[in-house]
Amino acid sequence: MMVSSMGVQSLGREMVGMYSQSLFQALIIILLIGAACAAILHKHAKLSRSVACSAVFISASAGAWLAIDVILNGPVQLGVSLATFFGDWTVSLDQIGGYFLLMVCMIMACVAVYSLGYLKEYDGKYDAGLMGGLLCLFFLSLVLVISSNNIIFFLISWELMSVLSFLLVMYEGRKEGVAPAGLLYLIMTHVGTAFITVSFLLMANYTGSYAFSDIAAGWASIPMDVRSVCFVFLLIGFGTKAGMVPVHIWLPAAHPAAPSNISALMSGVMVKMALIMMVRSFFLYLGPVQTWWGLAILLIGSISALVGVLNALKETDIKSTLAYSTVENMGIIFIGLGASLIFDSYGLTAFAALALIATLFHALNHAVFKALLFLGAGSVLHATHTRNMEAMGGLAKRMPYTSAAVLIGLLSMAAIPPLGGFVSEWLLFQSLLLSANIPDILIKIIIPVSIALLALTGALAATMAVRFFGTVFLARPRSERAEDAHESPRSMLIGMGFLAIMCFVLGLASFAILPYIDNVSASVLGVSITSQLVDGIFVSPISSDFSTMAPLLIAVLAIGILGLTWGMVRMYGGKQVVRETDTWDCGTPLGPRNEYTGTAFSSPLVRIFSPIYRSQTEIRTEFTASPYVKKRITYGLRFTDIFEKYFYRPLVRFITAVSKRLAVIQTGSIQAYLAYIFIMLLLLLVIFR
Amino acid sequence: MVQDVLLNSLFAALQAVTMFALSPLIIGIIRKVKAWFQSRKGSSIWQPYYDLAKLLRKDSTMSKDASWISRATPYIAIASVGVVALMVPFFTTYSLGFVGDLIVVVYLLALFRFFMVLAGMDAGSTFGGMGSSREMMVSSIVEPTMLLAIFTMALITGTTTLSSISYSLAVTGPDLVRPALFLALAAFFISLLAENARVPVDNPATHLELTMIHEGMLLEYSGKQLALMEWASWTKFLLFSAILANVFFPWGIATDLSALGMAVGVIAIIAKVLVIALAVALIESGTSKMRLFRLPNLLTESFTLALLAVMSFYIL
Repeated sequence: MMVSSMGVQSLGREMVGMYSQSLFQALIIILLIGAACAAILHKHAKLSRSVACSAVFISASAGAWLAIDVILNGPVQLGVSLATFFGDWTVSLDQIGGYFLLMVCMIMACVAVYSLGYLKEYDGKYDAGLMGGLLCLFFLSLVLVISSNNIIFFLISWELMSVLSFLLVMYEGRKEGVAPAGLLYLIMTHVGTAFITVSFLLMANYTGSYAFSDIAAGWASIPMDVRSVCFVFLLIGFGTKAGMVPVHIWLPAAHPAAPSNISALMSGVMVKMALIMMVRSFFLYLGPVQTWWGLAILLIGSISALVGVLNALKETDIKSTLAYSTVENMGIIFIGLGASLIFDSYGLTAFAALALIATLFHALNHAVFKALLFLGAGSVLHATHTRNMEAMGGLAKRMPYTSAAVLIGLLSMAAIPPLGGFVSEWLLFQSLLLSANIPDILIKIIIPVSIALLALTGALAATMAVRFFGTVFLARPRSERAEDAHESPRSMLIGMGFLAIMCFVLGLASFAILPYIDNVSASVLGVSITSQLVDGIFVSPISSDFSTMAPLLIAVLAIGILGLTWGMVRMYGGKQVVRETDTWDCGTPLGPRNEYTGTAFSSPLVRIFSPIYRSQTEIRTEFTASPYVKKRITYGLRFTDIFEKYFYRPLVRFITAVSKRLAVIQTGSIQAYLAYIFIMLLLLLVIFR
Repeated sequence: MVQDVLLNSLFAALQAVTMFALSPLIIGIIRKVKAWFQSRKGSSIWQPYYDLAKLLRKDSTMSKDASWISRATPYIAIASVGVVALMVPFFTTYSLGFVGDLIVVVYLLALFRFFMVLAGMDAGSTFGGMGSSREMMVSSIVEPTMLLAIFTMALITGTTTLSSISYSLAVTGPDLVRPALFLALAAFFISLLAENARVPVDNPATHLELTMIHEGMLLEYSGKQLALMEWASWTKFLLFSAILANVFFPWGIATDLSALGMAVGVIAIIAKVLVIALAVALIESGTSKMRLFRLPNLLTESFTLALLAVMSFYIL
């Protein structure tokens, strides 16, 4: 841990700094100009949209270039510092910042291309200039969150990001359900920010500086209990943004409510901003890692993963399903982060590096496949104008390219080899299995449980993926809207296509990508494990005796066997003659109502996990005059959210009760309020003389 | 090094071909044994081969509602089972274990299942959807069970590569035997029955539509596609038997290149697989299929066993 602050401090690459600075300035200026132009041109929807999307795309390219330079060559100082009352405000990019910037820029570029086609939908209904302007500024706020170097500057950027994303969620404000979702998000994110603010101010108070680099260097002056308090507050604060259970409830409401391109950004990228700050805070700013920090995160992560995937299984709204799957994947990411902290607290730095690499790699994979899936959901929405999967079906024939892209995203999400999602989950399993040599009984019990929950989550995620694809894209259309669905315009397909290719690249070329992620993790932990991690095209966890894997070879072998089988069947059995007929129907013509729905598909699992789902079924039967002939059967299925029922409801009741008590002093007379202000001022003067 | 890789590849290919070639025979034997128990003469143990040969020459019909998924699935099934067959030790520990370890094996089988389930839903028939839904219910619990059961062995031997697990157990002998092994073994055996659609989870002989799981998903398949799906499933059964035999009782498996060792290895694995096949046939003759919603009890029991196995390794 001693070397850990080196990443933040060595900011002296003057020569390279100049050219990085120009890239960074270009990024900011283009985004600002883009936002301004989009707003000015808002009357001309098409022009405004094109300007905003191009600005985002160009800045994303510049940002990606900058990020790659930082990952390869080390941290840079970007731009002059601004002296303020709260110390110098500077922007700089360390390696971990570079890694997340690259993630942001990659997704942003794809979303920009996609949005060109997607946003046409809103012409005449919602303001194009507003969307374009907000998109540019949101990108800017993400970049500032990653690169700000001062607590106050960071908090401003963080707040900017939260408010801009809130405005983007509210973009379709006239639609039913959007406003409550937006409000919930606004409240939760501010509760989170409050915790972060308190924690950071505590840290600043003890170290006497608002600069992150000074805090990282001066952690020793923070007392142990205060560090623990800071940890808990940061966990709650950033956990809220990351969709950690039990402060996740806003995420499945707000992410689906936003336009799909924004959902992709929020689920793919914005939740990762919480991750980068957690990694920085827990490894760099708060001094030596405590074991219980890791255990807490590991436990919460395991529960988040299971709760997320179980909820994803019950949803029939395609975007809510994906949002819950974000909760699940963030849970998986937290399992990795927790494991890494535990290893680090025992001084097993190589293992900690492995777990951190798995965490960071899964974050990247999740960004790619989740953005892809939300964009795919946007295309489906674009084509069918519904989010209800029970009204879909048969889209694979009507939207072949979209369905192929979504299938690839789902395969990566279900951790199917040799895609990216599998490689990161494989690394995660390996790092957990390596924990066998930690001599603490509590850890020895919790780690196997985490392994079991991770395995269970993986299997349930596959079920969720199958259910999603099967219900949305396969079988016969269940409604006229699905019947009339059409393939998306080319720009949307290009945006998704690139991400789909990335899912493969991240898996097949993981042996080439992992050393760079190791670079990033080394800047945090001070230990590089590339030589043990990668050998040619083989990937192995620290010790190649323990295990090795080669995703590229797996793919080659699979394709080889597939080709061989095809050839042999062709040689032996002759030409494939396939006669198209009706589906086997037992003699009664099949309609769309004979098909399995999403609800039906997951109903056995809902039954198994009923203690968690708290589901209630209601079957009402209406009879005709005769009690033997049923006229209509109504089937209702309701779920109780245990977090809502046992945590949020009581909390809200409590707060309302307290507010009512306090309302006594709210007399409404202006004299009274002036008196309160005066008393408060006096008190403050007395206390802080 | 290069020689090692070549040697391993050669034996891996040999073992994979052997497994594909033998799998119909094992299924034929199970059917024969079951027939004896039912006081029937039963069809010849070679019948599965005749079925394959016939089906592979036939044309197929396909639902007009089905998409490319249905057409691609049989080939993907063979490919994923084929890659797994290269990684699982059969009569020798020389295999492509270094290309993919046990996690890869489990998740490649998940790839097979993923597409099979999609194919079940593809035609829009109720039976297909029913089979698919139930298959995912079963596998959601069985897959983690299987993973945990093999993890136990991985932790005992200090490697997650299947062939290395076999190797170190076979070389070290009974010294490595721990209580965890038996817990894991029990859990894995239940997984074997559940994953391969055997009684008491599913009845491979049923065509009673409301009880089908596996057969429900294959209902729309015919001709070449059906042959490939059946062959992939049969080979999957043999693969599971091989994992059971070689991960939990690897003694006898060939660990070097001597002709004697190889001969012993071949005889040992055939004997072990026959014992497993016999056990499966006995269970199928002696018990009835469970009601669908009593299955979760059995499956969660096996999951708990597997969890206890891993935990007992950590704690003891």
